[in-house]
Amino acid sequence: MSQAVAKALVERFPGVAHDAYVGPGGDDVVFVKKEGIAEVCRFLKEDPALRFNLAPYITAVDYLGQDPRFEVVYNCTSTARGHRVRLRVKVPESDLQVPTVTGVWSGADWFERYCFDMYGIRFPGHPDHRRLFMYDEFVGHPLRKDYPLRGRQPLTPERDVPDLYRGPGPETRD
Amino acid sequence: MSTHTGRAAEPTEKPPPPMGSEALDAPVDSKEMIINLGPSHPATHGTCRIVAHLDGENLRSMRVDIGYLHRGFEKSCESVTWGQCFPYTDRLNYVSATMNNVGFALAVEKLCGLQVPDRAQYLRVVVSEMHRICDHLTMVGAMGLELGAMTAFLYAIEARDHLWDRLTELCGARLTSNYVRVGGVSRDLPDGWVPKTLATLDRTAELRDVIDALLTRNRIFMDRTRGVAAVSREQALDFGYTGPCLRASGEPFDLRKAAPYLVYDRLDFDIPVGASGDNFDRYLMRIEEMKQSDRILRQCFQKMEPGDIGVRDFRYVMPPKPEVYGTIEGLMAHFKLVMEGIQVPAGEAYGYTEAANGELGFYLVSDGSGRPYKLGLRAPGWPMVASMPRVLKDALLADLVPTFDSFNMIGGEVEQ
Repeated sequence: MSQAVAKALVERFPGVAHDAYVGPGGDDVVFVKKEGIAEVCRFLKEDPALRFNLAPYITAVDYLGQDPRFEVVYNCTSTARGHRVRLRVKVPESDLQVPTVTGVWSGADWFERYCFDMYGIRFPGHPDHRRLFMYDEFVGHPLRKDYPLRGRQPLTPERDVPDLYRGPGPETRD
Repeated sequence: MSTHTGRAAEPTEKPPPPMGSEALDAPVDSKEMIINLGPSHPATHGTCRIVAHLDGENLRSMRVDIGYLHRGFEKSCESVTWGQCFPYTDRLNYVSATMNNVGFALAVEKLCGLQVPDRAQYLRVVVSEMHRICDHLTMVGAMGLELGAMTAFLYAIEARDHLWDRLTELCGARLTSNYVRVGGVSRDLPDGWVPKTLATLDRTAELRDVIDALLTRNRIFMDRTRGVAAVSREQALDFGYTGPCLRASGEPFDLRKAAPYLVYDRLDFDIPVGASGDNFDRYLMRIEEMKQSDRILRQCFQKMEPGDIGVRDFRYVMPPKPEVYGTIEGLMAHFKLVMEGIQVPAGEAYGYTEAANGELGFYLVSDGSGRPYKLGLRAPGWPMVASMPRVLKDALLADLVPTFDSFNMIGGEVEQ
């Protein structure tokens, strides 16, 4: 693995991709401004020299006490070229929104839902923007560092919606 | 795969329709309905709720709801020391527990810059490949079971239990092995284990061939799986498939070859690749991979040499008991490892391995304390389950559960 990908990104997107470095174990890492993440990802996928064809693994980190507080991390893989790059996107607490990349790879779907569920980061443009693991009535986002390890949740009343997609309610019971 | 996928002769001419077949072939008024499968349904292995919108027997759309088995894996790991995460990783893919151990250990070692001794690497490959066979046996057996082939399932379970017996002798537990440690493995092979395991492998291979004979050329099995839920190569990549499901679609991508870790670059094995990416190819992929794992294991036993099973650096690995009780350095190292945990250097890394169902990734962030600051899990089955509504659009309801099995959804890892 080389730094070729991160360098190409910094050259192609000056001001958007910045501060490329080599992480532990030789990982190729670059910071990306969140406004440009969708274009950077599209470029990664479509550029014939890069061809990041496999949907990336997306996760988020809560750096509580730092500013910007959150970070969304894209671990991108190219099966065609055999290289990898990690994109780190800083997300401030005041504006918890990152453009979706589901338009680039449809496999980003559940990973972005996970980031929303666990950290409360929103992805405008996502086709199915719901929680992934937790139920809709869950209060808070469990993987945030200020969510207690043994946090308790309020009891939720049974849903009163006659809608099978959402779940059982009194009207659909019988 | 051409030897296996040889198509049966197609009838050249349609037989004349019997009397009154117009009435039989006439379209029936179908009714649209929404049915709810699960979360605890006997046919879905693991708790997974599927809301299917049916038009007659066809799936118009569906929604997969997961999270019923969510137990806060990442949150739990962030509250314990690095070493204490291993039992949690066992419970991700509980059918192939040591592969999760290995994946996590390699990710931590990447962050620490540790290189484990040769013998430990071979031992890790041995347990991984044994568990890969177990995992594939489970998938093959379960898929047969869903299609009415109960016998194949029983053979698969027998073979799996033979392997688990050997792993019990090695690790002390059938399922939750907790065998690997940062910097090595927990114990060396017991006396006489290798010949015993070779005999077990022979028996497993026999049973695997029985399953192969029962299913691969079975008319019902072929009809029910060929061409069902086919995923093209581009689609598979776009969905983020890895492992056997990606290779079934024709993409020869295996991390053991693409980015060799441990000692895989010293071993001779092939990567089977499918063509059509349907349920049948995903099944064949498992059968072929079991044969390759068998090859890898036999080579490992030949090439393995006696030696250390862990690094001799007591910042990472527990010192041997005589040193703990006999020397102050050993006692201090032991105390610090238990009380504070391994001091992993601050930084972040993404470690990835080829687990039985695909790329098992751990995204780790360390702040230099003894606990993970962030532990992100890329479960191999996640993208596969996520893609089900698209893959199964307009398919038959009866194909839903076999497809679910062909992805080998393991609740423990997908729902964390």
